Amino acid sequence: MIMKKLLFFAVFLLAASVTYAGGYRISAQGQRALAMGHTGVAVVNSAELAFFNPAGLVYLENDLNISAGVTGVMSNVKWQNSNTGQFSETDNPIGTPFYFYASYRVTDFLSVGLSAYSPFGSVVEYPTDWAGSHLVNIIDLQAIYIQPLISIKISDYFSIGGGPIFATGGVNFNRNVNRTLTDEQGNRSNVEVDASNITNWGWSASWMFNPTENLRIGFNYRSEIILEAEDGEAVFSNVPDSALSPIQNGTVGFDASLPMPAEMSVGLSYEFCDKWLFAFDYNRAYWEAYKDLNIDFAPDDVPDSSNPRNYKNASTYRFGLQYEALDQLTLRAGYYLDESPVREGYFAPETPRNDSQGFTGGLSYQISKRFALDVSVTYLRFKEVDASYDYYMEDGTNVPFGGTYKSNAFLGGLGVTFNL
Amino acid sequence: MRKYIKYAAILALGLVACEPEFDESVEDDQVYSQGDASFENYVAVGNSLTAGYADNALYIQGQQNSFPNILAQQFKRVGGGDFTQPLMNDNLGGLLLNGSPISGNRLTLSLVNGMPAPTPIGGAPTTEITNTLSGSFNNMGVPGAKSYHLIAPGYGNAAGVAAGMANPYFARFRSSENVTVIEDAIAQNPTFFSLWIGNNDVLGYAAAGGAGVNQQGNLDPSTYGSTDITDVNVFASVYSQEVDALAASAGGGVLLNIPNVTSTPYFNTVPYNPLTPDLLGDQIPTLNATYGQLNQAFAFLGVPERAIQFSTTGASGVVIHDESIADLSVQLTQTLIGGGLDPQTATIYGAQYGQARQANANDFMVLTSSSVIGTVNMDRVAELMGAGVPEETAGQLSVNGVTYPMQDQYVLLPSEQEDVATATAAFNQIIEGMAAQKGLAFVDANSLLDRVATSGINYDGGTITSEFATGGAFSLDGIHLTPRGYAFMANQIINSINMTYNSTIPNVNIGDYSGGPAIGE
Repeated sequence: MIMKKLLFFAVFLLAASVTYAGGYRISAQGQRALAMGHTGVAVVNSAELAFFNPAGLVYLENDLNISAGVTGVMSNVKWQNSNTGQFSETDNPIGTPFYFYASYRVTDFLSVGLSAYSPFGSVVEYPTDWAGSHLVNIIDLQAIYIQPLISIKISDYFSIGGGPIFATGGVNFNRNVNRTLTDEQGNRSNVEVDASNITNWGWSASWMFNPTENLRIGFNYRSEIILEAEDGEAVFSNVPDSALSPIQNGTVGFDASLPMPAEMSVGLSYEFCDKWLFAFDYNRAYWEAYKDLNIDFAPDDVPDSSNPRNYKNASTYRFGLQYEALDQLTLRAGYYLDESPVREGYFAPETPRNDSQGFTGGLSYQISKRFALDVSVTYLRFKEVDASYDYYMEDGTNVPFGGTYKSNAFLGGLGVTFNL
Repeated sequence: MRKYIKYAAILALGLVACEPEFDESVEDDQVYSQGDASFENYVAVGNSLTAGYADNALYIQGQQNSFPNILAQQFKRVGGGDFTQPLMNDNLGGLLLNGSPISGNRLTLSLVNGMPAPTPIGGAPTTEITNTLSGSFNNMGVPGAKSYHLIAPGYGNAAGVAAGMANPYFARFRSSENVTVIEDAIAQNPTFFSLWIGNNDVLGYAAAGGAGVNQQGNLDPSTYGSTDITDVNVFASVYSQEVDALAASAGGGVLLNIPNVTSTPYFNTVPYNPLTPDLLGDQIPTLNATYGQLNQAFAFLGVPERAIQFSTTGASGVVIHDESIADLSVQLTQTLIGGGLDPQTATIYGAQYGQARQANANDFMVLTSSSVIGTVNMDRVAELMGAGVPEETAGQLSVNGVTYPMQDQYVLLPSEQEDVATATAAFNQIIEGMAAQKGLAFVDANSLLDRVATSGINYDGGTITSEFATGGAFSLDGIHLTPRGYAFMANQIINSINMTYNSTIPNVNIGDYSGGPAIGE
């Protein structure tokens, strides 16, 4: 009987798809949730609720709950242009988004919590001077959110939660100055902008509703946070040593801002047949905030860099399944469909994300009464797509950069859950 | 439990190994076809245009953007092999012969007195031509080579360079002192070749303002000077020998014909009438008064069309020496004396203006004249002072193009243009005929560069034209192409190859190649 169920589970797992996300959002905020397609807004399971729905923290069985983990993200992007025969692929370092969540029950109706996680980030590294190097050679951006939380039980049926967010982030972005400028030795002229320790504040708020013993409904909203880099450093190099050069070698200051968009999640979970749990989450990411990436260089004679992005709001549909196979072993699988926020003609190689499907799986193994090990694996599949970025400007003319992109990502995550 | 972990591990491994793959991968040669040709070993034969010469020099960056190198990168998509080039030692471009410089560095645009001007880039060149490179080279482009040089033994013998009997570029990479360019090319057993030769057979003459000799009728090229036009029969003979030899070795090839020199900025940039009132200032009345005497004499001698006058309101043509009109030095001297001028001055005027006239729209001033027009010709000053003319007067009579007629090498006269055009057309007929006869691909470089000059060529970032320095097609020497210009030619060659050999080699995006003037100090 158990074998049969396992088989069913395996089939579900294979049929299911991956968990990375559109834009530079990272869906790796908890191994248990990730294993279930990154669902969790209505799942009361562990301190991972601190991210997915703080309102649910108050329904956790134990007084102290801690969940922590790290995920290795291996993403690959291949690009080719069949008009010219050019091709390239990224050599991305492994990304390592992490999370730490803790909640403590103060009284029967009040829990407090603390969370730290990395909801946004992207590392894309193309070979230097590749065909799209005038748009990007390397981008490495990361934002970390730190959040004190409160969770209040209004009744057994309804709770609310939330708290302020302190965001800190940094970005390193390297590209060539344009398609053709070189120094006297033929080295491509380059600019690297770097800004770190950019901070700002935001908030999140949520509720959870439990109409029956088996059914929960959850809602969570995380506000937009705009990271404004002021007085970052931009280094121009390999520029020809001439008064006729459009720019000169050296370091200049710059201002830029990058939005971390707001996100709304709503979903449900349903327990059935004693050992099974089904979860569904709907996410809406308000990417319209990302209009353009403008780099305003401090000296007036250095031309500013205007990069329209014009993202649109995007939805993600997530499905997860959990099966308590043995006393110590819980198996999970999930699937999600992630819509890309990138509009046609705005497909820039720095975030080459079209619609994707995530296939996830994982397990928890209860090592001791207090400790459990959480494992997740995710395969994120992007369809092959012909796309272009049409808003790169050269001498007043928009010069499209296009081709065929094919990407995927593999995530392997390890976490621990501690209850007291 | 252990079992499940094992399965999870297997699953994880399967996913890690799963790199994204295209349905049809460009990299894995699933998209393009070589058709009926083989590009396994491509050898390019020709002159400076094949070598990647630009900005008045051969330098590494230019070589990397040579059209054969661009072609070879595209050939790699259809089974093409590595492509080797006899790279120079630096990005300066100057040549040394036994440690002494024999040619200058490449030109870059830099600020001279606040104005952008092509000037040789600074630095000591390091390419010593007697350091012969080892190995064979797919790019057999030899800057300066004329058609008959490719089959001339000893053309790569460094000992002959100083005397002009050999070529310094070929001396760097020939396999032996007496080998010919064609022999070294064929020794590589090419499967495919390109041949673009003949340009210098007319260009040498044209670039020197027609100062050389049209050798039509002289069948012995060993007696030709570097600025002469090659005899058509000589061209036909050596060209067919070269194509025969290459085609006997390679299964396929492409021939390119010769552009009209007049499509290049070298002949189209300096106007015939650069002398504006601004430039001449308050000298105009004096000049016109002086030329007034001469103009009366010209009228008296029945050649009023030679009258020279500077406009106070518009641009005036430079004064040029036209060797194609009758030499009236003696008559002019006599007339001036008759008009009351002292004999010494009259003799100098007679000699200086006996074949002079003002340039008109039919005359092409060569690019190098721009730095000469309006400057004092010190050689002429010395000459006049030697003849007893006071220094001040000598100086006044020696302003290039204003008082001293521009010499032959700075002006391509209509009669000389005619010689160049006739020879170019004859050579091109031979080239196209040869391509048809051998079933080789053919590229009409002549009409292509004509199109660049007349209508321009659109690309994703704008239009390339033959405008000097800014047009995008021609480098700062006004004759050789920019990387973008070479990339444009490479695309045209690819199109012709695809048509002839049923291949589907992809074009390059010419916007990825630099069309801007090289800048530097």
